[in-house]
Formats: sequence, C-alpha cells, structure tokens
Amino acid sequence: MKKELIKFIVFAALLLCAPLLFAGGYLMNVLVFVGINTMLAIALNLLLGYAGQISLGHAGFFGLGAYLSGIFTTTFGFNPWLAIPVAAIVVGILAALIGFPILRLKGHYLAMATLGMGIIIFIVFNETINYTGGPSGLSGIPPLSVGNIVFDSDIKNYYLVWSVTLIIVIFSLNLANSRIGRALRALHDSEVAARVMGVNTRLLKVQIFALSAMISSIAGSLYAHTMTFISPASFGFNFSVELLTMVVIGGLGSVYGSFLGAALLTLLPEFLRAAHDYDIIIYGALLMLMVMYMPGGLVRGIPELFMKLIKARKGPWNA
Amino acid sequence: MTATQNRLTIYSLFLPEEGNFMQKWNSMQFDQILQYTLSGLSTGAIYALIGIGFSIIYNSTGIINFAQGEFVMLGGMLTLFFTGLLKLPLWAAIPCAVLSSTVVGLLFERLAIRPLRQPTPINLVIITIGGSILIRGLSMLLWGKDTHALQPFSGEEPIFIGGATILPQHLWILGITMIIIAANKYFFYHTISGKAMRACAYNRRAAGLVGIDVRRMILFSFIISSAMGAVAGIIVAPLTMTAYDVGIMLGLKGFCAAIIGGMSSGMATVIGGLLLGVLESLGAGMISSGYKDAIAFIILLIILFVRPQGLFGKAESERV
Repeated sequence: MKKELIKFIVFAALLLCAPLLFAGGYLMNVLVFVGINTMLAIALNLLLGYAGQISLGHAGFFGLGAYLSGIFTTTFGFNPWLAIPVAAIVVGILAALIGFPILRLKGHYLAMATLGMGIIIFIVFNETINYTGGPSGLSGIPPLSVGNIVFDSDIKNYYLVWSVTLIIVIFSLNLANSRIGRALRALHDSEVAARVMGVNTRLLKVQIFALSAMISSIAGSLYAHTMTFISPASFGFNFSVELLTMVVIGGLGSVYGSFLGAALLTLLPEFLRAAHDYDIIIYGALLMLMVMYMPGGLVRGIPELFMKLIKARKGPWNA
Repeated sequence: MTATQNRLTIYSLFLPEEGNFMQKWNSMQFDQILQYTLSGLSTGAIYALIGIGFSIIYNSTGIINFAQGEFVMLGGMLTLFFTGLLKLPLWAAIPCAVLSSTVVGLLFERLAIRPLRQPTPINLVIITIGGSILIRGLSMLLWGKDTHALQPFSGEEPIFIGGATILPQHLWILGITMIIIAANKYFFYHTISGKAMRACAYNRRAAGLVGIDVRRMILFSFIISSAMGAVAGIIVAPLTMTAYDVGIMLGLKGFCAAIIGGMSSGMATVIGGLLLGVLESLGAGMISSGYKDAIAFIILLIILFVRPQGLFGKAESERV
C-alpha cells in the first residue's frame, strides 16, 4: 500500500511540475488533452481491463457529457459547475438503462452492440440540430470559473483538468484494490466462478458500465468547457477506437498504463505533424503489433523487455 | 433539419396541389413504397453478401472479422484503380480486383490472425479492428480521400416497374448475389473442402481428429469471405460511389444482416440482409434520411437484446 502511495505522489508531483517546463508553449494545450484522454482511458480500462467487458461506444458517452454540459449551459443557462454533475448523472442513468440488456451479451456481440450504440448516439448529435447545432457544432460554451478566476487559458485548464484526473486516478486505484475491484477481476477471469463465489455479476457489470460512462461524461463536460466549442466529429467511432487503442497500448487493468497509453496516443500525432492524415495508419499498426507482441501493454511489456535484455546479457537464452 | 421538417419536404415533393388530396396521396404513396422497396432490396443484397462473409469466418474460427468491410472497400477501389490507372476494361479489372482483395485477406490471416499468441475474443476484436484501420489508412495513402464513381456495368437507362424505376445496376446486383449464394451453397454441400469447412464449424477439435487441416480451413474461410466482400464492393460501387472509408458502414450493416440471420451462411442471412435493406430504405424515405444509418443499428440492438440467436432461431439456421 505504501508503495502505491509513493508511486501516486511521484506521479502527481511530476504532473504538477510539468508546466514549469512547458508553460506558455503549444504543448501546454496538448497536455490538457492528455489529461482528458487519461480520464477516458481510465474509464474504459475499468470496464475493459478490470471487468473484461469491451465497449466500442465510449466516445458516445464522452460526447453525451460534452453536449449535455454544452446544452445545459448555453440553452438553459445552468452554471457550468452544476451542469457537469447533472450531465454525469443523466449519462449514468442512461448507461445503466442500456447496460442491463447490452451487458448480457459477451465478446464479439458486446463489441458490436456497444459499437451500434455509439453510432446511434453519434447520429443523434448530427440530427438534433435544434439542440446540438448538428454537424457544424455547438459554440459559445462558457468556461468554468471559481470566484474571479476564469479557466480560460491553457495553464489554468491544465491544473483544472489534471486535478480532476488525479481525483479519478485515486478513486480508480482505491476501487481496484477494494472488494469491488477483486469482484471485478473475478468477473474478468470467469463469470461463472464469480457468480458461484457470491458476486452479483449482472448488477456489477451494469454498475461498472454506468460508472465508466459517468467518468467519460465528466471528461466530456471538461472538454466542452475548456474548448468552448464542440462538434460531432470528435465523438465518432474513430475516437472510440482510439480510446481502445490507448487502453490496450498502455496495459489492460492498469491505471498508470491508461495514462501511458493516453499520453502516447495524444502526443504521437503532435510529433508526427508532417504525417498528420496518416496517423491512423500508425494507430492501426500499433494496435496490431501491441496485441501480437506485447499483450500486457507498455506498463508490463517494457519491464519485461528490460528483464529479457538483462537475462540475454547474462548468458545464452536458448539454453 | 428535424425529422418532421424532413418528412414535410418529402411529402411536398409529390403533393403538388391540394385537389383530390387523398386519392393522389394513396397512389403516390404506393409508388413511393414500391420504389423504396426495390432499391432497398438491392442494397439488402449487398448487406447479405457481406453478412455471409462475416458468418463464414465466424463459423470456422469464432472470430468476428471487423475488417470485413475493408474488403468491400478494396473491391470497389481496386476496380477503379485497374480501370482508371491501368486502363483495363471492366471485365478484366473486376477479376483482378477480386483477386487482389483476396490476397489481402490471405495475408491478413497469415500475418495477423495466425501468429496471435493469446487469441481471446477481446484480442481478436482488437486485432481485426487494427487490421481494418491499417487497410483503410493504406488505401487512403494510395488513392487519396476523394469519392469516386465506378461506371455502371451496362448503361444507366432506367427500367420502369409499375410506378417505380430501377437501374440496370440493381439487376446486376440481384443477379450476381443470387449466383454467388448458389455457388456458395454448392461449395459447402458438394465439395470436399466445403464439407471440411462445415465440419470445422461444428466442432474444430473433432474435425482436426478426423484429419482435416483446420488451419487451412481457417485460411480458406478468410479467402472466401474476402473475395465475397470484394464482389459486393464492386457491384455496389456504381450506385453508391466508393471511397477509402466506405468499408466501415457497409461492414457494420453486413454484420447486422448476419446477426438477423443468426450468423448462418445460408438463406437466413440473405433474408436478414434484404429485410435490413428494405427497412432502412423505407425508414429513410418515410421517416428521415438523416436517421437512415441509425435505423440499421436500432434493428441490430433490438435483435441482439431480444433474439441473440437471430430472427429465425437456432433450429433453422445452418451454421457453415
């Protein structure tokens, strides 16, 4: 437990100091996105990595959070601080309602069903023009503020987003080490065995699905309030796949892995500016290579590789 | 545009004047429904072909091949490539395109699916998604992002049926689909390879024990379904245009068809595809064209919730 605490403190300290290095630069803005994507990757990881339930529709929940927050504040004049939890609760209820029938499915069927759900949500964003502005997007979403401080610059947004992200990191770490976390892992390994041990798997799956959707919704709201403009294109099927890639590359069932995956996939396109349109090829290739050669993700694969190298140096490996 | 506005514009298209409103409305509506049904049938035939491709792989390997739609895209784009850049005539370009797509399918199985160390369902989903992204990305790199139209196989003179019109290409689609389904049936029931593949679908281990090379059958299933996907992509390209990213939607719709048919590779999926095509076309025409794609996925979700074994149940579906 102590080791966990030290790990977290180092992680948080590094993040809090990062602006000292990058402040003012364009990278600051990218780091805000790393924060939002980390939240999303953790949300999906709780579902996929811990509970073993795939979702290809999480961009939909992200989008719902963003749009609900946007519509509540612009059309109905909510305070942004009120809009975020209200949006999260609405999305959570919706996810629970969808979750009961959808989570009875397994494997490929679950993947397709969640994918269908995500695409339906995406189409709704495009078609309910009166509320969402349709394909041209929703603008004029107010930024968050505390007293006189308005979160309108990259550096302020950085601290805003990362504070929320760190809370979610702590929450997820605690959840993973709790009774619920153990139940989730049991569910992952064998649903029947988990049920035999007294875990209400049906309910647990729905709960974790709803929780994951709510975290995604919070990330969506923060995205809306920091960007102040949203359009459906950010919440399509491609983004669901990108989230999946983050979780898989980082490492299934690891909170810090989600951060690694999110950071890599958010920063990579920035370094590949020249190949901007073609970053999708790199995603595809990365996704395939990771599953084939590093199924544990970066967070386990890198130490493993390291160990192998040390061993290889010590003596012939094929002995 | 909202659903109601959309409906109003569609109605007003064929309601030019107020006089004898109901009479005109009824006959117009009938023609309109006929029109939607006819065009729905031909898109449905495409969905059926793609859906059968899904089922063939699923039944021999237990994999839902998320890259199935990319073979559909490759079929269309490669035909364009062969007719456009290499100046081949259409009759020569089509077999070349099918062959090249099949090679891609073969490579995909050999390089991505077979070497997988932990073939859990989630890993398989992820790797086929990765493959589909890669194929799509490379196509974009090779052929750009533009949308292209393929020339129709035989003219564009519309044919009148009752009050509706169809294009010769619709007939091509229906005809070719029927031929492929018949050939498929023949292959699976009257050839040794086909029977061996069916054996793998029933029980892979048992098939291995009686001397069937299961890995080869898996490779076969990828070859057959990528070829079928490519054909579907080629025959639909003159109607709907083609681009590097058409594979996602077409693949997903094909999957819907396969789910409605209970993952059978026979008639159930064909009926599933036709049903989906017609419902979608009617829905787009009568309710709202913007929600056209949503209709397919709502049908998919309803079927997955209510009858995950497909509309026609287990007893009737043949699992090949």
